[in-house]
Amino acid sequence: MSGAYKILDGKCPSGPLSEKWDRRRQELKLVNPANKRKYRVIVVGTGLAGASAAATLGELGYQVHAFCFQDSPRRGHSIAAQGGINAAKNYPNDGDSIYRLFYDTIKGGDFRAREANIYRLATISSSIIDQCVAQGVPFARDYAGYLDNRSFGGAQVSRTFYARGQTGQQLLLGAFAALSRQVKAGSVRLYPRTEMLDLVLIGGEAKGITVRDLVTGEIRSHAADAVCLCTGGYMNVFYLSTNAMGSNVTATFRAYKKGAFFANPCFTQIHPTCIPVTGDHQSKLTLMSESLRNDGRVWVPKKKDDQRKPHEIPEDERDYYLERKYPSFGNLAPRDIASRAAKEVCDEGRGVGPGGRGVYLDFGDAIQRFGREKIAERYGNLFDMYEQITAENAYERPMRIYPAPHYAMGGLWVDYNLQSSIPGLFVLGEANFSDHGGNRLGASALMQGLADGYFIISYTIADYLAGIRPGTADDQHPDFRRSREDVAAVTNRLLSIKGRKTANDFHRQLGRIMWEDVGMARSKESLNRALKLIPELRAEFWGNLRVPGSGAGLNQELEKAGRVADFLEFGELMAFDALHREESCGGHFRVEHQMPDGEAKRDDGNFCYVAAWEFGGPEKNPQLHKEPLIFENVQLATRSYK
Amino acid sequence: MDLFLYVWRQSGPEDKGSLEQYQARDISPDMSFLEMLDEVNEELTREGREPIAFDHDCREGICGSCSQVINGIPHGPQEKTTVCQLHMRHFRDGDTIYIEPWRARAFPVIKDLIVDRSSLDRIIQAGGYVSVHTGGVPDANAVLIPKTDAEKAMDAAECIGCGACVAACPNGSAMLFTAAKVTHLAMLPQGRVEAARRVCVMTEAMLREGFGNCSNHYECQSVCPKGIKVSFIAKLNREYLKSVADKP
Amino acid sequence: MAELTRSTVGRKIFMALTGWMMILFVAVHLLGNTTVYSGWINAYAERLHALPPLLWAYRLFMSVVVTVHIFFGIQLTLENRRAKPAPYFVKKHLRATFAGRTMIWSGTVIGGFLLFHLVHFTLQLIFPEHAANRNMDSAGRPDVLGMVIYSFQHLAVSCIYGIAVAALFLHLFHGVESSFQSFGLQSDRTQRFIVRAGAVAATVVASGYLSIPIAALLGILK
Repeated sequence: MSGAYKILDGKCPSGPLSEKWDRRRQELKLVNPANKRKYRVIVVGTGLAGASAAATLGELGYQVHAFCFQDSPRRGHSIAAQGGINAAKNYPNDGDSIYRLFYDTIKGGDFRAREANIYRLATISSSIIDQCVAQGVPFARDYAGYLDNRSFGGAQVSRTFYARGQTGQQLLLGAFAALSRQVKAGSVRLYPRTEMLDLVLIGGEAKGITVRDLVTGEIRSHAADAVCLCTGGYMNVFYLSTNAMGSNVTATFRAYKKGAFFANPCFTQIHPTCIPVTGDHQSKLTLMSESLRNDGRVWVPKKKDDQRKPHEIPEDERDYYLERKYPSFGNLAPRDIASRAAKEVCDEGRGVGPGGRGVYLDFGDAIQRFGREKIAERYGNLFDMYEQITAENAYERPMRIYPAPHYAMGGLWVDYNLQSSIPGLFVLGEANFSDHGGNRLGASALMQGLADGYFIISYTIADYLAGIRPGTADDQHPDFRRSREDVAAVTNRLLSIKGRKTANDFHRQLGRIMWEDVGMARSKESLNRALKLIPELRAEFWGNLRVPGSGAGLNQELEKAGRVADFLEFGELMAFDALHREESCGGHFRVEHQMPDGEAKRDDGNFCYVAAWEFGGPEKNPQLHKEPLIFENVQLATRSYK
Repeated sequence: MDLFLYVWRQSGPEDKGSLEQYQARDISPDMSFLEMLDEVNEELTREGREPIAFDHDCREGICGSCSQVINGIPHGPQEKTTVCQLHMRHFRDGDTIYIEPWRARAFPVIKDLIVDRSSLDRIIQAGGYVSVHTGGVPDANAVLIPKTDAEKAMDAAECIGCGACVAACPNGSAMLFTAAKVTHLAMLPQGRVEAARRVCVMTEAMLREGFGNCSNHYECQSVCPKGIKVSFIAKLNREYLKSVADKP
Repeated sequence: MAELTRSTVGRKIFMALTGWMMILFVAVHLLGNTTVYSGWINAYAERLHALPPLLWAYRLFMSVVVTVHIFFGIQLTLENRRAKPAPYFVKKHLRATFAGRTMIWSGTVIGGFLLFHLVHFTLQLIFPEHAANRNMDSAGRPDVLGMVIYSFQHLAVSCIYGIAVAALFLHLFHGVESSFQSFGLQSDRTQRFIVRAGAVAATVVASGYLSIPIAALLGILK
């Protein structure tokens, strides 16, 4: 990793912050309306970013081909987002502004994101709400009929719009409706149950993808003039996460192997309020809205291995550790801080519940203060969900919560136009690295996905398309043929190992390594251990994997094996990035770099850059490139929530 | 606990299919139903046998992927619960469990417990949207919406499109699904503009896709994991009558 | 109109509408029948047949209603069967009632009975020697009462009527409530009430009709 690295250019427009996006829109070339239908654009993934992008591009007149591995585009995992979506509308008149949303986001991200991107995001945020309301998204309203807002994730203003606990679902159904309208109009063609397994480049530019039809098993290619990856995050590298079972890194990782740079893979968010693991059988973790921390108090017993029931532990033997450590933010400390603190007390042996992996979130005081009814009104559905999963009644005994991998801030590197290091390859939503820096604030993911899809890509992709001749790519081109052969070879290899362990066995093992060594607190030692263990596990995978059945037809084990194979390489890249980033920053905490009081110690002198990794070849180290982050408008401050 | 499973196995759309018996051993009551099936599948895989194919994704009851008829009830015995959120503590040691796919002409079986539900999407494509362009829309607060209307729209919009209503309906009708979509948009001023046309094209699409007709059995409401109510079907019927009456 | 007859909702509304016309007929018919108890039935029957054009217009209208109801009933059932080609190995019904699921069969029984009933009391071909149009009462009117009592004293005939009434009960049990839903008149608040009202209506109609053969068999009717 030593040696000559490139200095990457994010291609941010010059000029005052608030004029940058306007200025860029003036500069971008347009595609003649009559020519648009000649251009074909592939959109992979149909969550918020993908569905909104496909709908918008289709409406503009491009021929859009949209792919997803689910049986329907409306099942992208954006659907599971509960909390809400931020926008700088300032409807409650409580002092919000575009600048404040911008500043909160950049500070929340621990100053590891681009100013220009975030300012654009904050600017666009208002239009997103307008758009969604026009589509019929039933946001919460007050009795006068105006949109309601709430404060979320410790924000000092109420800027979060929400639709009960199902904001992501409602926004996705809105985007899906827009997409459906384009399907009817004939401008978008859907390919559900189809998984992208390779990106195809011709002359160094993205010209299509190779996919596997998950129903027939057919491996085929689709040629286009540009490709948009909207394939979400990679948190399932931890095996257990709040992501959907199918969420994977395959699309972005295979693009990485074709030359797209992967940026900041070590920036991962561990969400503090999830339902704890009950045993080895656990297949996924369920998140409960962070809003619970508005009224719940987090504590553990002061004594180690305290086996008493929670109500038997007297007040003075409880440690309300968040309130103790962060008196001003208390239980509302940002996600990364709250998560790490939970892991620390559990590591000390003071955790509660099965395996000692949990902390209490206690509503006793809140119920006493506001009454059970008020609490039920606020969190009733969450309490029900908790009871459904744990069979415990949270009105009567404290909830048990534990952090869980939730969101990937890292992703494929893109410039201000959302174009990756491969011309013609655009990356949107969680799949790119662009807006959240080292840590994402609550209710910002939905905002970013929709900003990219509805309001940014339509301008920036035109600039690329206007510079190329449409329809030049053909899936009979030798590069396409080679891609299909490569994909078929990997598929056959997976099927022919005929070992003794399942893909899930390997995934679970990888997850354990990632959680223990590349999780919330990382050290040189743990990362080096991971870098040794992961290749070993990978070698075992290719020697001892069992995938029953054949490649012809639906084979879910084969799908899973392909995804796990990529995670087994990607995990190493993540550890590599975490090892190189010798600072603590946002979701990345290096135990060597902390303040005397245990707070994260950022190193702006040496690490104020985006680390973009270039694939170095099979079993070779990746090459680091850097995009320096230049802050013209905000001062780098220590993130303190004390 | 140990369980006896009878699972529908069908290698492809053309295969006849049959119920096969399996045993699930050492099942923890804390497992979800799908985690129990995961265990069975892991064992089958290790033995080199083909695991049971079933749709699932989010495993938190919102994506609507999971789709199994358990002991004769879509999504199983627990009310307002998807299969992925059903936990094994609701079963007893030694229980026999029958697991079958959604059955309807509009949902052809792809493999085992997996069916093709794209017909539901085509009902939406027929007109289940507001014809709004990206951009060029008024401010979000320009049109006020009474809280009660917004709430009712949200009640309907909670539909996750899993198709349990179709699976439960003796007629294989998708009326509850269609009604939820129609009501959601009809309750909002943004959706009212196209309401008359929407109800017609969506119900036409439903028949075209091979779903049956609603004959008011209300089986759908009882199995809906999101508690979508048949009063939305009454609302759809009203919308339809209104569209006929107002026809120019 | 053509659209209505193709639409899934339109046909439901036709079913409900024609259903209600028959319910009204059945109710009025029952009220008329209760005159067997007061002994006015012969007078009632004579008055009913006093205006042949009106009678025939109504008969024609009802045949159209019945035809439409039967036509759509069969068409919808066939479509619904087609939509559910493969049965479940195990199936539990949570809300769907026996009555609701057997509408086509209760309807068939009622339809078959209707033919029998017409042959029996309108054409009066079952017991020709006791036909009302051949036997006059003391006031010189066709003796409907005598014909009714004579017929129902045959257990077989009463059984046929009993089966038909049971079918009618089942048909109304689902049909009355269902029609409110089809007209869009149900809401979360009214649903439970309407379901109950449907059951009550079916019970009242069925017991009313059933009382006559029972009374005849028990010898209460004279």
